[in-house]
Amino acid sequence: MPHTLPSVDRPRWTRRHLLGLQDLSADEIRTILAEAARYKERCAGGQKLDDLRGVTVANLFFEPSTRTKTSFSLAAKRLGADTVDFTASTSSLTKGETFLDTALTIQAMGVQQMVVRHSTSGTPALLSANLECSVLNAGDGTHEHPTQGLLDIFTIQERKGPDFSKLTVTLVGDIKHSRVARSNIWGLTKLGARVILCGPPTLVPTEFQALGVEIRHNFDDVLEESDCVNLLRVQFERQRGAFFPSISEYAHLYAMTEERLNRAPEDVVVLAPGPINRGVEITPSVADGPNSVILNQVSNGLVVRMACMSLLKEAVSG
Amino acid sequence: MSELWIRNGRLIDPSSGTDRRGDLLVRNGLIAPEGAVPVTDCPVIDAVGLIVSPGWIDCRVALREPGFEEDETIESGTSAAVAGGFTTIASLPDTQPVVETRAAAEFVARQAERAGHCNVLPLGAVTKGTEGQELAEIGQLVAGGAVGFTDGKRPLANAEVMRRALQYCSMWSKPILHHPQVPELVTGGVMNEGFHSAVLGLRGMPTAAEEIMVRRDIALAELTGGRIHLTGISSRRSVDELREARNRGIAVSADVTPAHLLLTDEAMTSYGANYKLDPPLRTQTHIEALIAGLKDGTIEIISSDHTPVAAEKKARELDVVPFGIIGLETALSACRAALIEPGYLTWGELLSKFTIGPARLYGLITKGTLQAGADADLTIFDPDVAWTVDASRFRSKSGNTPFHGQTMRGRVRYTIVDGLVRYQDE
Repeated sequence: MPHTLPSVDRPRWTRRHLLGLQDLSADEIRTILAEAARYKERCAGGQKLDDLRGVTVANLFFEPSTRTKTSFSLAAKRLGADTVDFTASTSSLTKGETFLDTALTIQAMGVQQMVVRHSTSGTPALLSANLECSVLNAGDGTHEHPTQGLLDIFTIQERKGPDFSKLTVTLVGDIKHSRVARSNIWGLTKLGARVILCGPPTLVPTEFQALGVEIRHNFDDVLEESDCVNLLRVQFERQRGAFFPSISEYAHLYAMTEERLNRAPEDVVVLAPGPINRGVEITPSVADGPNSVILNQVSNGLVVRMACMSLLKEAVSG
Repeated sequence: MSELWIRNGRLIDPSSGTDRRGDLLVRNGLIAPEGAVPVTDCPVIDAVGLIVSPGWIDCRVALREPGFEEDETIESGTSAAVAGGFTTIASLPDTQPVVETRAAAEFVARQAERAGHCNVLPLGAVTKGTEGQELAEIGQLVAGGAVGFTDGKRPLANAEVMRRALQYCSMWSKPILHHPQVPELVTGGVMNEGFHSAVLGLRGMPTAAEEIMVRRDIALAELTGGRIHLTGISSRRSVDELREARNRGIAVSADVTPAHLLLTDEAMTSYGANYKLDPPLRTQTHIEALIAGLKDGTIEIISSDHTPVAAEKKARELDVVPFGIIGLETALSACRAALIEPGYLTWGELLSKFTIGPARLYGLITKGTLQAGADADLTIFDPDVAWTVDASRFRSKSGNTPFHGQTMRGRVRYTIVDGLVRYQDE
């Protein structure tokens, strides 16, 4: 039997698109987190809801993805939406059609929400300026991945509580090419957390200091201060040239090992947005150990995305 | 005898320091001596409230024909030029085929004559195919009318090739126009490298890419005694280097573009393709240095950097969208907003960048001046009138302007080429 959500005492959601966490206020982020918590409670047994009944959600993935696409698709289905999946390799893009024409064509089929992943930063923004339907950014180039940022924050909140001002979160690795890093930085700093970026200078843009984050290069030096460590994947596919001498040297300096785990606080939370490179960013024993919340992140991704889709529907419905 | 009498305008001629109200007589396609009055019953232009300037010259315009007629043709580009107040433009050679032979240069000149809008001076390629390896047939291009040499927006990365080009061109005293940039530092870049590129996740182009090449070019100009012109400089240190080199008597000059004087890289936060420029839009610090360079004469030329790109090419992902915006029809208004309104330059100082500055670059002694006997190329404009930019009404075939929909001030009323009115505002 489908559940219908009760009304909630909060301001009406007015944003039609979710393009990034840079655009959102702290209160808006908290609203999404609260909605996600409600969905987690209501879907504990895997129940289907009907909040998006009558809504068609299109997944437009112009870049390979398994987990994010599956998560969005499943979240839409859990909410009772109709879904349609689209991948670039099987589309008219291979016949020369532009991505904008492809999106307009899919919209013309009666889509209300479009989940977009693209290898070029800013592409969801371009679509939102040209489409009538809601656009959800599922990762654009090296810009933002807002639902990943939100699910990371949601997972941290589950372990550490809602007061982010007491937390130090360290993002480790390829910050320069990471859209997850940018969404984390915006979200965490807005909620008051102390954020440390850690990695080699070639992969950590110094410009981020202007956003109120700290930049450090020695991972061992920041472990003791870190309540949470988010291990970002080395984006080999987005890099141009060599940003560090070798994978083994990278692992030597920045991999989360048992030894490093022991130097961190006992209750440190270890996150990794995945897909993880075992042995590069994280050793298997840490990935599968008690401090790791990697699989929790995957589960939480579902409810966070349900919350986002539900709120976007609220923005456009009368 | 043909005459045209322009009455009661504000005559500004930077070449002679003139700024006065009065009349100007055009006779047989030339500027008549001061005080001359018509001897025929000739047409009269009432220029009350208007500025009468020597016809403007743009030292580099992409006309895109042959090969890219979907972006622009010589007919449409020259029509846009006169609508923007330009009576003479130099056309970039990076067409398909490249202007690397005498025949190609003559084709450009012939098409421009057919169009009948404004003077077009062909620029020839420095290297065959603009590939930066072997010198093009420079001597034959000169015979075909080429006034300078450039590989357009493709930097000449090989210093030895640039050195030879400077030495070789010195035989004809022709300048080499160079896009100063170290290619490997900007590969894949779409905007200025800095805070905004980091936040937006867009690949950046550091100012050092330009500054390194500016230093190299100055060194090669000094070594060879050749004449080099740096196109579209955008960095504070480039201005400093240029100033110091010119003080040492090295034959180096530069131009800037209106967009780089008016807009910063913050504009890219909209991810708008019409802010994707090469060089990229920089920061306010760099804008201030460019303006200082204009003010003290370090920078003598403003180029519209007119780069038409068809709409279907601009409506794509930012990393594959071609660089460039059109600029001929908004040059006056953009420069007014960037330089006149804040009080940085006087009208005379600004007009020198459109007239005597580019005339000197190409050694045009009968253009860019209102002195008696000069070609009667004139730009008459209303300096204050407001208008709303509507790209769909431009004469250019392309509408890739960042100013669409904006209300700007300053509008060309008449453009006169060889004594004939080739453009009149409706």
